[in-house]
Amino acid sequence: MTRTYRVTITRKPGLSDPEGATTCKALNDLGFVAVDAVSFGRILTIDINAASNDEARVELEAMCAKLLANPVMEDHTIEDIT
Amino acid sequence: MTVAVVVFPGTNCEHDIVHALDLAGADADLVWHTESDLSGASGIVLPGGFAHGDYLRTGAIARFSPVMAEVERLASGGTPTIGICNGFQILCEAGLLPGALVANQDLKFICKPVHLRVESTDSVLTKAASVGQVLQIPLNSYEGNYVANDIDAIEGKGDVILRYAEADGTVDASSNPNGSTHSIAGITNSARNVAGLMPHPERASESILGSSDGMVLIEGFVASLDAVRA
Repeated sequence: MTRTYRVTITRKPGLSDPEGATTCKALNDLGFVAVDAVSFGRILTIDINAASNDEARVELEAMCAKLLANPVMEDHTIEDIT
Repeated sequence: MTVAVVVFPGTNCEHDIVHALDLAGADADLVWHTESDLSGASGIVLPGGFAHGDYLRTGAIARFSPVMAEVERLASGGTPTIGICNGFQILCEAGLLPGALVANQDLKFICKPVHLRVESTDSVLTKAASVGQVLQIPLNSYEGNYVANDIDAIEGKGDVILRYAEADGTVDASSNPNGSTHSIAGITNSARNVAGLMPHPERASESILGSSDGMVLIEGFVASLDAVRA
């Protein structure tokens, strides 16, 4: 069956995130003073034909390791949104 | 024996580097990214541009172009290999050089001449230069901010070959145009035959272009080819 997953790729903690820092400051300046941090990332929605959730996740982890995320600078999470 | 200048869809600096290599006395052939045999090449250049549109991440798709398996094979065997700007990003994505390039600290596309201080001459790119020499070379990139997980190890091994600097060679925060870790502009691999840098030496290859400082890097690369040939 076709399953749908959301792969979220985020910058590793500690690496500078100027878009996030600028957006955080803008929110603070607009009065949203409770905002402590904003970080940017990338979301990919992937439809995959797999017999099971486990099988799909193995494939998605392989995709992230090989192409979708660069472990030097990025982390990733995988969510089933079927 | 000629230099293979690899052209991906979106590469746009290939003719400039061929011209600069010609000035340094080296013949070069343009090689389309679908090629799988570069066995006649004396050296390899991955030029600047926007390979495969820089989609996903810079160099992420290009790193899997068919030619890259051959680039990896030859580079692993000692063939002098350099990456300029987008080519540097591709070499990092391919794991032939450590680290990665992320968006510039100020989120601006930077297109201006910068000064580089030569940190090491133990690479195919810097072997004709002198340690401490300052070169003025154009930078032209959005993702030029160098990061690495193991920066101390990279520094400890002497893999840093070029840093952004002031005209007098001082390396400080104000001379770092893009936020690169330790002001790193160029690095080499442990075997010293693969090197990459973000600025464009081929755009500083003749005085009419505003600087010919890039030629010492091009000439170093060409001298490396001769060394391998001999």
